[in-house]
Amino acid sequence: MTTSTAAPAVSNAKTKQVPETGRTWRTGRTGRTGRTGHRRSLAPGKRLPATRLIGPAVFLALWAAASAAHLLDPGAIAAPWTVLETAGQLWTDGTLTTDVLTSLERAAYGFAIGLTAGVALALTSGLSRIGEALIDGTVNLNRAIPTLGLIPLFILWLGIGETFKIAIIAIVVYIPIYLNTHAALSGIDSRFVELAEVQGLNRLTFIRRIVIPGALPGFFVGLRLGLTGSWLSLVVLEQINATSGLGYMMFQAQNYGRTDIILVGLLIYGVFGLASDSAVRLIERRVLSWRRSLSN
Amino acid sequence: MAPLAQQLTRPAVSLRSLTRSFDGRTVLDSVDLDIPAGQFTALLGHSGSGKSTLLRAVAGLDHQVVGSGELTAPERVSVVFQDSRLLPWRRVLDNVLLGTEGNKEAAERGRVALAEVGLAGRERAWPSELSGGEQQRAALARSLVREPELLLADEPFGALDALTRIRMHALLRRLWERHRPSVLLVTHDVDEAIVLADRILVLDEGRIVLDLTIGRAHPRSYRDPLLGEYRERLLAALGVREDVPSEDGLVTKDSK
Ligand SMILES: Nc1ncnc2c1ncn2[C@@H]1O[C@H](COP(=O)(O)OP(=O)(O)OP(=O)(O)O)[C@@H](O)[C@H]1O
Ligand SMILES: [Mg+2]
Repeated sequence: MTTSTAAPAVSNAKTKQVPETGRTWRTGRTGRTGRTGHRRSLAPGKRLPATRLIGPAVFLALWAAASAAHLLDPGAIAAPWTVLETAGQLWTDGTLTTDVLTSLERAAYGFAIGLTAGVALALTSGLSRIGEALIDGTVNLNRAIPTLGLIPLFILWLGIGETFKIAIIAIVVYIPIYLNTHAALSGIDSRFVELAEVQGLNRLTFIRRIVIPGALPGFFVGLRLGLTGSWLSLVVLEQINATSGLGYMMFQAQNYGRTDIILVGLLIYGVFGLASDSAVRLIERRVLSWRRSLSN
Repeated sequence: MAPLAQQLTRPAVSLRSLTRSFDGRTVLDSVDLDIPAGQFTALLGHSGSGKSTLLRAVAGLDHQVVGSGELTAPERVSVVFQDSRLLPWRRVLDNVLLGTEGNKEAAERGRVALAEVGLAGRERAWPSELSGGEQQRAALARSLVREPELLLADEPFGALDALTRIRMHALLRRLWERHRPSVLLVTHDVDEAIVLADRILVLDEGRIVLDLTIGRAHPRSYRDPLLGEYRERLLAALGVREDVPSEDGLVTKDSK
């Protein structure tokens, strides 16, 4: 052989059967996006501003019309203006502010813990075989158990205070974030793995430049599911066991037959849910600005 | 840099009885090959003849493949794939710089490489905003920026239209003349091989059955009648005869 030293990857003098090295990456759908814009006619077309509010507005109008025409029993469903009036009253009382803040705090703590745990576990499990062996099965087992079914056990363990509520919310949040991020991490296109080898990327650069950005779309799917989950579990938790919060407020209202207060609570849950989802969508569109997908 | 004469005598790639098989089926059967440094070589062959397998072996990409033999390749190897393989989440310049140190000097080299392939001013574009030909040119810039001693290309123009392909041929040849890497170009397009390469190999059933040196000056015209002789020899080696019509107009060797 005449050539000087060559890179180990290509200079296998006496090349023999090479055993499996490292992990294999399954081909997935991530990383293929950005090309969808070509057949414009199949896309739903440009989005008009604030179109997402049209549906709720129509619904509100129907509700108001039905109430005004006395088609609805005010004991079963209060009229929209009654709901607004009640909201104003509760607000000036100061009880609404307390309840809203308590609920927000619970949701925020639970969500933050769930988000951190979901991302950390997905990274550990998605980037190392040992991590996957330890974590993936366990999370899937956890997923199979309905989280709200854990409430009695958690109350016994953590007491009836705030801790158990936050723990339940965190569990509801971390599962979809873990699942989607992990799927995206292990679904990195094998062609990009090949590219990384050809370009001589080391493992860290490979993860930073290819694996993580490629997994971000999946992460955002999980993030939005987790966000919805945090509000959902909050409603349940605060109705089961609380001394303050929106759910508590609604639970009390039920005892006095005050549908207007119940509706105020539902309305606030709805507004928060929509607002937080919109915020995540906005961040997603910024971060994934390279995507030319249907949502643009 | 070694003087040109010395460069040409030193093989950049050297294969000795390279054998590769998949599931007990031998795809490369004891291939011997030397590619001198700086030579522009094309590799022709039927679909499934093992061209990509050979190229992947040289590129060091064939982990998990059963094989034997000796293989020497230079340290700096670049690969151009059939698809441009640009990362959709990195802008064009960042794609070109993938795998470089990421300092100012590298970025400048990236800009120069992009300008060389005619993409000056598109540094900040997303890959999805480029046309197919532009994407492939960006991929070419990405492989150039590493100043490769060996450039491996697996049907790099296969996905492009005929007009773009002709432009890309001229571009590739120009780039080769400027940087002088050794080139191994895998293609199934006989004309592409004839117009571009100084040496053409035909791979068939895992062996190199023809090793042809094309002694015509560059740039070559697609209409040069003298190139027709080469075409005939290559087509014969590939088992395609143009003069005997059959139902589909061609007789292939598979029908023997
Ligand atoms: N990973 C693999 N597993 C099993 N068989 C494989 C694999 N890769 C290639 N082969 C087989 O090896 C043979 C040669 O494949 P190769 O890709 O090298 O052909 P090629 O000459 O590049 O063909 P084409 O011109 O169609 O790209 C084919 O029969 C193919 O089925
Ligand atoms: Mg091939």
